[in-house]
Parts: sequence; structure tokens; C-alpha cells
Amino acid sequence: MGEGEALVSPEPISFLGGVDPRTGLVIERGHPLKGLSVAGKVLIFPRGKGSTVGSYIIYGLKRYGKAPAAMVNVETEPIIATGCALAGIPLVDRLDADPLEAIKNGDKVRVDGDKGLVEIESE
Amino acid sequence: MELTKEEERILAGEEGEARQQAMRLLVALGRIFGAKRMIRVRSAQISGVSYRTIGDAGLEFLEDFARAGARASIRATLNPCGMDLRRWRRMGVPPEFAEKQLRIARAFKRMGIELTWTCTPYYASNRPRFGQSLAWAESSAVAFANSVLGARTNREGGPAALASAVVGRTPLYGLHLDSEREPTHSIRMGFKPSNDLEYNLLGYFLGKSLGSAIPLISGLGRPGLDDLKYLGASAAASGGIALFHVEGVTPEAKRGRFDGRGLEALGIGKEDLIAVKDALSSSRDFDWVLLGCPHLSLAELGAIAGLVRGKRLRKRLICFTSRAVRAEASRRGYIRAIERAGGLVACDTCMVVSPLEAMGIDGAYTNSCKAAHYMPSLSGAEAALRSLRDCVHVAIQAGP
Repeated sequence: MGEGEALVSPEPISFLGGVDPRTGLVIERGHPLKGLSVAGKVLIFPRGKGSTVGSYIIYGLKRYGKAPAAMVNVETEPIIATGCALAGIPLVDRLDADPLEAIKNGDKVRVDGDKGLVEIESE
Repeated sequence: MELTKEEERILAGEEGEARQQAMRLLVALGRIFGAKRMIRVRSAQISGVSYRTIGDAGLEFLEDFARAGARASIRATLNPCGMDLRRWRRMGVPPEFAEKQLRIARAFKRMGIELTWTCTPYYASNRPRFGQSLAWAESSAVAFANSVLGARTNREGGPAALASAVVGRTPLYGLHLDSEREPTHSIRMGFKPSNDLEYNLLGYFLGKSLGSAIPLISGLGRPGLDDLKYLGASAAASGGIALFHVEGVTPEAKRGRFDGRGLEALGIGKEDLIAVKDALSSSRDFDWVLLGCPHLSLAELGAIAGLVRGKRLRKRLICFTSRAVRAEASRRGYIRAIERAGGLVACDTCMVVSPLEAMGIDGAYTNSCKAAHYMPSLSGAEAALRSLRDCVHVAIQAGP
């Protein structure tokens, strides 16, 4: 279970080179979330991309206390799934509705990783 | 997924934090891939070993995981790391890098993983048999195990292979299933490759053209093990191919189950290989000759030794291989011959995962398309492609 404010990215996220595990800030040049922090957020994005080392970056976020409260993907893949599993971050994908449409930045969101449920408490 | 009682217990944390973490990872992956259950695996080959590749984030995870009690419960072998563990100083690896790499080595040792440091576990102690289920990361070894040995493994990520090493299982999906091992494309050779470089180029072309398909290749003649090693490694690097079949050669093809009819067909001509070489190979001259991606076999070291014996090298030659092969090569005098000529036979590492730029290497001759593929993006280094023999000839001093 994880809950927090939604941070929504229309673009995939590459954690290696894209997010600084020590600060939780998105650092990828040109990324829609550049400069924003993922710490404590419910991070919503289509899927992961880039290097499999991204899994270790996600773990690093947890280690440095900057991890998202949960992640929601449209359809996930091994890099994100591995990172969330190692870090113990709830991850949900393949929802009945498109999370990128249904959830807005700032919405209060609760994620149940075991049940695969996402609840939105809109502003 | 349907888990056994034992698997449920592990997932609930009843066998400790590390085993729980490992099982949680495998279950998460199983869900993504639609696996119905777990299967037991005979061995794991673990990637994500070089400090260059995994950095501080990976190092910290491995130390935490070892500290949390993670221990291999099955045979588990390791990919190359970022340096020759005994001779790193001689090779110009910076001490700060070495210190971090040694910490990674200690974490794996603590976890009871065999410190084989090679992408060719099948030339060392980890040689799977036909039909055996494995959890191997390292794309070149996956291609070899599936195609040449007829064993079964998906192309695992490093952490997943490590998780499988800990709990001895992997989710049942993909290449563990008969239906997923059928060829998807029929490849008709218009000529027989004549050397190792041509097998490299062929593999690279297949990967580039097909992506992650399963080619059935006909008209290849009698490729040797090293030829198939290069074919698989290049195809895995350029396109993600994890399994290929060669008519009359590879075990699943030999069992006569595939006939190639109804498959999308692709003919290959020499010009296809030339096009790959033109795109991948630098025309510059370099001071370095780097061989061993994948790691050199005993036969290859013997061939190199034969070519350089009694000669003096005018370029800096490094031959990368596994400890196991190096030990046998040493007994046969190959190492002495190569190092007396001025070359170096290094183990534990390779040109893809070493910090080449810190070692002063900005480009090299090589026969490996996989190396040529990765060196530019990982180290900013270029590669000039030649056959193994031609690489060695380029390195040999002409005249007295």
C-alpha cells in the first residue's frame, strides 16, 4: 500500500541517467518532469525505458529516502517491476482505465499493489 | 500465479528477508509475463557485475542483499567484472574504481556465488545439458545455452538471475515453453561464412534485421562452437535474439522438428555482411588490439599463441578470457607465448565492461561485433573490425 500526491508524466521514465537517487529529482534533459521530485509521490507514467541498471536506481531512491510512495504504469516492464520489487514500492499496471487520463497532478491517490487497485481522491 | 506452499512461505518472509525479496521479484516478473507457476532451475548466470555497469546504486544493493542473508541455493556463476582482479594496476584501472569493484566481488563471495567472472560459463564449470532449465542473464551466454546446448533460459535481467540463484526458481514462461522455441523466420544462406568475423557479421545482421525473433538458418555448413558463440553474441547484442536454430547443426534443429515452411523467409548474401561491417567498423588505425568478446576459448588462445610465438608485437594486444580457460592455456604454454611477444592475457573482465577511457584506450581492432556495438556508447571508443587472424597480424611487428 502506498499513498501520496500524484505526479503524472506522459513520457516513459528512464531511471538510469533520468532520476538522481540521492535527491529524488528528475534530471533527464527535456523530460516533462525535469526538476521535480518523485519523493513520496504516486508516480504515474506509461512505462520504463533505458538501461536495466534503472532497477538499481529505483532501489537507490528507497535507500536514500527519496522513493515514490507508489508507481502506476499503463503497462509495466521488467526494469520498473524489478526496481519496485527490490525496493518494496507498490506498483500497479494494466488498469481498466488509462491512469494518464484519469489522474491529474496533485490528486491524492492510494495504491494497493497486492490487489492492483488505484483509488483517487480528487482535489 | 499458483505458488507452492513452500513458495508462499518464502514470499511471506518465513525464510528471511533476502529470500522474500527474491521471491517477490520473481513473482512480479511472472505476473508481467503471464507465467502460471514457478519452475526449478539448475543454475543461474548473473550479470550486472562490473562497477562500471551498476555503479554505486548496484554496489549498495548487492552489499545490502548479502548483509540481509542472501545466499545462492543453486549453482550460480558470474559475468565478467570491470577489471582483472589480480592485474588491474598493470592495466591502468584507477584505484578508486578498483576499491568499489573489490567490494562488489566481496558481496558476491559472501552470497556463495562461484566467482567465475566470465560470459562463457559453458567453457568453465557451468555447462548445461539439453533440456535443462536455467536462469541466465548475459545475452551471449543465453544465446549459446539455448541454441548450441539446447538448454532453456529466458534472457534474464541481472537482479532476476540473482533472485533465481537465491531461491532456485524462475517463472514458467517464454523459452521454457516448447511453443515459444519454434522458429519464426527461415534464413537461407547464399554463401558459407569463411571466418569468425563473418559469423560475427552474420549474427549482427540477423539481430538488426529481425529484432527478437527465432531464426532457423540453413546452408551454414559446419560451423564450430566458437563460430556459433560469435553468431549468438552478435545477434543478441544488435537485436535481442535469445535462440537460433541451425539446420543439421543445433540440437533442436537436428531432432528434425522444424521444416522452415510457412515462415517468413530471408536470404543472406555477402553484401549484407559488408554493409554491417561498413556501418560498424572504423577505418582509423589504433594502437590496441582487443580480443575476447565473448571470452576466448582454449582453441582461440592456442591459435593466437601459434601466430605470435617468437614474434614481437607492435601494437598492444589484450586477450580476454575466463580464469578456467586461462589456467588450461597456461599449462599448454599459450600464455607464455603471447605474453613473451608483448601481449597480455587478462581474465575476469572484457573490453565492454572495463573503464576503457580511464585505461587510455580510445579505439581498438577487434573481431567482435558485440564489442564494436557497445564500445562507442559505453566508453566513447571506436572499433575496427578484422578477423581474429587479421587482428593478430595487424599487431605483429613487421621486420626485425
